[in-house]
Amino acid sequence: MTAMLDIKKLEVAYGGIRAIKGIDFHVKEGELVTLIGANGAGKSSTLRALSGLVKPAGGTVTYKGKDITGVPSHALVGLGIALCPEGRGVFARLSVHENLLMGAYARNDKAQIAVDVDEIYTMIPRLKERNFQMAGTLSGGEQQMLAIGRAMLAQPKLLMLDEPSMGLAPLMVEKIFEIIRLIAKRNTTILLIEQNAQLALEHADRGYVLESGEITLQGDAKVLLADPRVKAAYLGG
Amino acid sequence: MSMDVLLQQIANGLVVGSVYALVALGYTMVYGILQLINFAHGEIVMIGALTALVTANGLLSAGLPSVLALIISIFVAMVVCAISGVLIERIAYRPLRNAPRLAPLITAIGVSILLQQIAILVFGRNYFSFPELIDKTPIQIGAITVTMNEIVIVVTSVALMAGLIWLVHRTKIGTAMRATAENQKVAGLMGIDINKIIGITFAIGSALGAVAGVMVASNYGQAHYYMGFMLGLKAFTAAVMGGIGNLWGAMIGGLILGLVENVGLIFVRGDYKDIFAFIVLVAVLIFRPQGLVGEKVAERA
Ligand SMILES: Nc1ncnc2c1ncn2[C@@H]1O[C@H](COP(=O)(O)OP(=O)(O)OP(=O)(O)O)[C@@H](O)[C@H]1O
Ligand SMILES: [Mg+2]
Repeated sequence: MTAMLDIKKLEVAYGGIRAIKGIDFHVKEGELVTLIGANGAGKSSTLRALSGLVKPAGGTVTYKGKDITGVPSHALVGLGIALCPEGRGVFARLSVHENLLMGAYARNDKAQIAVDVDEIYTMIPRLKERNFQMAGTLSGGEQQMLAIGRAMLAQPKLLMLDEPSMGLAPLMVEKIFEIIRLIAKRNTTILLIEQNAQLALEHADRGYVLESGEITLQGDAKVLLADPRVKAAYLGG
Repeated sequence: MSMDVLLQQIANGLVVGSVYALVALGYTMVYGILQLINFAHGEIVMIGALTALVTANGLLSAGLPSVLALIISIFVAMVVCAISGVLIERIAYRPLRNAPRLAPLITAIGVSILLQQIAILVFGRNYFSFPELIDKTPIQIGAITVTMNEIVIVVTSVALMAGLIWLVHRTKIGTAMRATAENQKVAGLMGIDINKIIGITFAIGSALGAVAGVMVASNYGQAHYYMGFMLGLKAFTAAVMGGIGNLWGAMIGGLILGLVENVGLIFVRGDYKDIFAFIVLVAVLIFRPQGLVGEKVAERA
């Protein structure tokens, strides 16, 4: 079976500096794949290149057999790709409800959108309680929930999450990963970027370790979790 | 000072203020989405007035009744201005989207001068008299005197502003406009084509400017290539006063400016009328730099 998302020799450069130095990885349909790495390893740069936010300096991105390298981000949604950006990126001056509706911007099935919004409210009751509140007034964890719920309203086949646990208390991180688990169960393919290697590998099927713009380790998530090199570098010994 | 004089000046102020408000909305909408002060917006108003003038004269000489001539010429002016606004954004501002902020600002001034020069080439430096499309015989309401023309100006402005607020806050495209104003990158991730949304913003702002242009021209009975300059400057003042980027701010700022100017006329000679706008602007900038309605929502990480 060919991969749903296939990245070959991807390079990202800012000015003259190469942040991503020609990496290969893939995500198969139905998988939860994680890309882990320390601060500045190039995790977000990789996602930005995949989602059309920066033009790759080299390499190709293939999605469902189609070359999507450098396709602008607004055109990717229609193909079934959604990105939950680093730092959540909720629209602070829009209500929770309006944020969710913006997630469904590319869709025209009004009735089904209403059903899907309700489904998100059932899955994440906190959002329902705050549906007419401005998103900027939510806590960090609630904003992350909103960002994930919003991405889901695009009905993505492939959901990419950039550090959903960033800056959140352990209890909230648990809740976020619970939501991610629920989404994975509903046949959404997930590419999860994380610094929290332990949690990410516990939830993932496969993983890649990114270091200074290069992939240094890859494989089955359980195997990586037990790998002494991963343990030493990312799991606190 | 008598009460009657005051009431009369308030009425006059509302008429002028509602025109300022319409023009101020154009400034504030573009600023809200691009953080750009579109100095060419005043010239859009001028283009609207001159387009309507030509159209209305043509229609009147073809024998159309003045009401029909008015409606059609406003419509033509709105379309011409909307297209001009979209083209200006596409040609002059979009290539500078990621440039330092001074570059598009200077470009905007350049576009403003360019449009004036084009108007001179086409129309010359003459003042044209604008046909009387709505009855201007004075109507006495209690102590104040107004014209049907003035009533139509106020009513139309209020209707357009209500429509804009509805569009921006109650429709999908309006929500997308607010989302784009807040974060273009994330808006793109939602599938919003931000260039399209920015284009729509320019089109709407310019169409409102066109209506304002027709209002001013019909109220003073004249139009000329330079009419957008002072009007644009005052409307910009109104937008800053209300809190630039904020729709309510632009509307309230416009009304206040119109009122201050006209009530102020009771105390000083007409030659000094234009001073009030700038006194008010300076005062607001000193005491409330974010503007009268300028809001700040905490954004948490
Ligand atoms: N816009 C930019 N301009 C210049 N350099 C950048 C830019 N964005 C990222 N970089 C650099 O590229 C490298 C990778 O950054 P990136 O944001 O992809 O890291 P990351 O793995 O997501 O880190 P974090 O865990 O802190 O989010 C870093 O050295 C960073 O300084
Ligand atoms: Mg990052």
